[in-house]
Amino acid sequence: MTLVVAGAAAVYTLRIADDCLVLSHRLAQWSSWAPALEDDLALTNIALDLLGQARGMYARIAELDGTGRSEDDYAFLRGERAFVNCQLVEHENGDFATTMVRQLLCSTYQLAQWQALTASTDEQVAAVATKAVKETAYHRDLATDWTLRLGDGTDESHRRMEHALAALWPFTAELFESDAVTREVAALGVGPDPGDLRPEWDAYITRVLGDATLPAPEVSWRPTGGRQGLHTEAFGYMLAEMQHVHRSFPGVTW
Amino acid sequence: MVTAIDEIRRIAGAIPDPEMPALTIADLGILRDVRMDGSGHVDVDITPTYSGCPALDVIREDVERCIRDQGYTDVAVRVVLSPAWTTEWMSEAGRVKLREYGIAPPRQQLFDLQSLKIAVECPRCDSPRTHELAHFGSTQCQAVRRCDACGETFPHFKEH
Repeated sequence: MTLVVAGAAAVYTLRIADDCLVLSHRLAQWSSWAPALEDDLALTNIALDLLGQARGMYARIAELDGTGRSEDDYAFLRGERAFVNCQLVEHENGDFATTMVRQLLCSTYQLAQWQALTASTDEQVAAVATKAVKETAYHRDLATDWTLRLGDGTDESHRRMEHALAALWPFTAELFESDAVTREVAALGVGPDPGDLRPEWDAYITRVLGDATLPAPEVSWRPTGGRQGLHTEAFGYMLAEMQHVHRSFPGVTW
Repeated sequence: MVTAIDEIRRIAGAIPDPEMPALTIADLGILRDVRMDGSGHVDVDITPTYSGCPALDVIREDVERCIRDQGYTDVAVRVVLSPAWTTEWMSEAGRVKLREYGIAPPRQQLFDLQSLKIAVECPRCDSPRTHELAHFGSTQCQAVRRCDACGETFPHFKEH
C-alpha cells in the first residue's frame, strides 16, 4: 500500500504530522535507557505529546485527502518512501548529548511553526496548534536547560555537545526549504512558508548556543530529500521496528 | 426543577479521571457540554488536557457507558480541541481536592499571578518555599517539586 496523499494542504499537513510521529518514536526509544529517572519521564512525556500532535494532524489529513483513513493507516501502513518527515527527526539517538541537541534544534523549529499555525485558516489545524504551542514550549525549555548544562559543563560534556552539533547541524537546512507545496499553503493562509520561520529559529539557537559556549559549526554539506520521501539509512530500521507489530498481527488489540 | 439533561450532566460530570481518580472530569473541566435533542439523542463534548493524553479514550468510553446505563442508548461523545483546554477551567472544588490528594494545584493566571501570589505551595505543610526538581512527572500534566521547609517531594499540576 502506498498511501500517497493528494493536495498541497494535505501534503503540507502530512509533513508536520510525520515530523511529530518520527521524533516521538525516536524519543520513546529512550524509555528505560535515560541517564536518570527524571530524564526518562521527560523524554517519554515529550514523545507522548508529539504522538498526540501527530494524531490530531493525521485525523485532519484523512479529511483533507478525502480517504477517511485512520491514524494507524498513516503511521503503520506506509513504506519508507511515503514518509515526508525531515531527515533531522529520524537521526539516530546517539548519546544523550546528540538527543538533546536534536531536541533543541527540532523543538525550536516546531514551536515557531505551531505558533504560526495557531492563525491557520484551517480551523482544525489551528486547534491542534493552540494546544501544541503550550506543550512544545516545555519541550524547548527542557532542551535549552540541558544544552546549557552540558555545553557549559565539563570538558567531556562540552566535547560531546560539539560532536553532536557537528553531526546534526547540516540537517537543519532542510527545515527551512520552500517548494510549490509550501508556497501554495502559505498563499492560502493554511500555514507558514518554512523559510519564514528561519529568523526566529536563528535568533533563539544563536543565543542558547552562545550561552552554552558552543560555537555554531561550519557547514560543509547540506543533505535534503526528506520532504520528497528520501531518507537516511537509519530510518528504514526505525520504521521496521515501529511498524512490526501492527503489520505482523493485523487487527490486533490489547 | 431538575431536568433530564441536568441529571445526565451531573452523572457524566461525576466520572472520575482515570489517572487522578480523586478528581472528576467536571472538576478538571474536561466535560465541556451535554446536549439532548427532541428524539432523546445525547451529544457530549469532551476536551483533552494534553494532545496525547492516554486517559482520553478511557474517559470517552466511561462517559458513553454511564449515559447508556441511565437509559439513553443514543449517545455520541465528541472530542473537541477548540477552544483548547486550560488549567483555568479547573473548578475550585477540583483545586481543593487536588491539594488534599497531595498535588499542588495549578496557579491561576487571573487570580494568583496578578496578585503576586506566584509561589507553588507545598500541599503538605503550606510553605511557599518550594523548587522544581523536574519539568515532567508521572503524567503529562504534572511536574515534580520539593519543599524547602519540610523536605517533601510532591507533584505540581502545571499551569497550562
